[in-house]
Amino acid sequence: MSMTETRHVPDRLHSRGHRALRSWESLLLVVAVAIFIANSFASPYFLDAWNLSDATFNFTEKALIAFAMALVIISGEIDLSVASIIALASTAMGYALQYGAGTPELVAIGLGVGLLCGAFNGLLITGLGLPSIVVTIGTMSLFRGLSYVVLGDKAFTGYPPGFAYFGQGYVFWVISFELVLFVVTAILFGILLHLTSFGRMVYAVGNNATAARFSGIRVGRVKFLLFLMTGVMSGLAAICLTSRLGSTRPSIAFGWELEVVTMAVLGGINILGGSGTIPGVVLAAIIMGLVTFGFGLMNVPGIVMSIFIGLLLIGVIALPVLYTRLARRMKKSETA
Amino acid sequence: MMAGLFKHREALLLVAIVLLVGAIELRFPGFIAPRNLVSIYNDTAILIILALGQAAVILSRGIDLSIAANLALSGTIAALLNVAFPDLPVILLLAASVASGTLLGAINGLLVWRLSIPPIVVTLGTMTIYRGTIFLLTDGAWVNAHEMTAAFKAVPRATFLDLPVLSWVSLAAIAAMVVVFVYTRLGRAFYAVGGNPHAAVYTGISVGRTHFFAYLIAGSLAGLAGYLWVARYAVAYVDIASGFELDVVAACVIGGISIAGGAGTAIGAVLGALFLGIIKNALPVINISPFWQMAISGAVIIIAVIVNARGSRVKGRVILKKAEHAL
Repeated sequence: MSMTETRHVPDRLHSRGHRALRSWESLLLVVAVAIFIANSFASPYFLDAWNLSDATFNFTEKALIAFAMALVIISGEIDLSVASIIALASTAMGYALQYGAGTPELVAIGLGVGLLCGAFNGLLITGLGLPSIVVTIGTMSLFRGLSYVVLGDKAFTGYPPGFAYFGQGYVFWVISFELVLFVVTAILFGILLHLTSFGRMVYAVGNNATAARFSGIRVGRVKFLLFLMTGVMSGLAAICLTSRLGSTRPSIAFGWELEVVTMAVLGGINILGGSGTIPGVVLAAIIMGLVTFGFGLMNVPGIVMSIFIGLLLIGVIALPVLYTRLARRMKKSETA
Repeated sequence: MMAGLFKHREALLLVAIVLLVGAIELRFPGFIAPRNLVSIYNDTAILIILALGQAAVILSRGIDLSIAANLALSGTIAALLNVAFPDLPVILLLAASVASGTLLGAINGLLVWRLSIPPIVVTLGTMTIYRGTIFLLTDGAWVNAHEMTAAFKAVPRATFLDLPVLSWVSLAAIAAMVVVFVYTRLGRAFYAVGGNPHAAVYTGISVGRTHFFAYLIAGSLAGLAGYLWVARYAVAYVDIASGFELDVVAACVIGGISIAGGAGTAIGAVLGALFLGIIKNALPVINISPFWQMAISGAVIIIAVIVNARGSRVKGRVILKKAEHAL
């Protein structure tokens, strides 16, 4: 069987190409620094503390979900309903607002709706043994559809001043609450995935679910918990985003599911499950934020930025394969 | 017996469709008037064309998330050519759209085949790239109806034997794809690769090349649908058919195409698309606000998956029906 006959994903943790690049994370770091430098040359306004702080909003909310998504993907599943959970959670908060809910109630509702949506996904996927990609395509329409049913073409506004802190507040000078939340969440998820037995289970389930089951891991329960996690993190992102925008529309966070998946995959999470790290996702989030912001400063429309993200995604994933091939070809020509 | 089960699956969906239409007819007579059914079919024609291409990709264990972006880019190219060269015959513009779609499909296929990147990652990337390219081509401006020539817009609407050309094209696509799926080596390769890629290798099937051709077919159908969409709605801009890729996947899933590959039929994908199309068309008739549409189609997808999972406890599929009967 030659390379071209069996299609398999380059296992970045073990492939020769990968080792040559030291690690996925260092590659991402180089890309991030390069984009940072390019940005600072591209616009004189880039290196400004307030501007940079502003730039973090481009990725913090999506990254909150991307951490949980990373675990879901490592376990061999996917959750395409996250953006719709944001919409539904945001709609529920807006609805509660009409009945005079205060900030604590709003937060509880946002997280609660996220949890319920996650539980619904988890039950369908693990309880009935259905493929997650299809289930979450369904719930993606369902959750957002329910937001449209409640809201129609209207919007909920008038959130209390205290609620604004989540998306607009600053903890220290230019350090926003969202940025702090991003850092704290990254650390928590890093610990969960890399230092706890639960994290090991996630990798085990993603690498070989059958083997994991035989070694005593309750595969269904692990996956159920992971879907609860993406649900809750989507609820949290909904709180931040709703607070930052100060309004709820059914079209809120439209298309985010694919950006979140892109963030995780660019961060080195193997889409087929089994490998990837949280630091990789952190770097990918920063890269995507920097690209968005840099293009924004240069008045390049968002859609052109998405071309760049698409090229980056394919290019970076293809790199280890190309490198391995090139190395083999050079070796061959040396022996010839 | 297995073949019977799969026939049964399509029959089940057909019964569901008939019951659905019957239920709507009971409350709102006139729904099954031939004219109305033709218009529903015509509204669903583009979804059907795309679902056929997506079915080929999903059968061989891939997914094409770029299919709607491909449609949008190919259609925009046809529209821009029409604006720039109003004298070009429509058939050439159609050819340009199909060629563009095929090329974009080939790019997906090559990335999956030669670089071994997982299909979902490739098409996630090319989806944003193809859509971004529309922006670069049009500078974000809309190509409007008054810029397009009358001939360009007329083709999908022209009728032949009381059926719009758009519907005829989709019928031709269905016929062609049924032939590909059932009677060609490539069609069998889709099932073999999707059912068990390792076994397929040992039977001499190139997995990568099969993927490539699946994307090529999906791309050319997307290109075909691109011209039809743009000409029918007489407008081209960055966001046309935005999010439509998920409707297409949903149609395949409802139609019983297994997302894990290897099981399902072209007719199933067509019926799945029709099921979605009927629901979409029925909502305004039975006075349900269009805002319910998304929630209902989501619920339908989930129910369809649950029903399908119940029917497919036995995994796999007999590829050579004739050989089975010979036994």
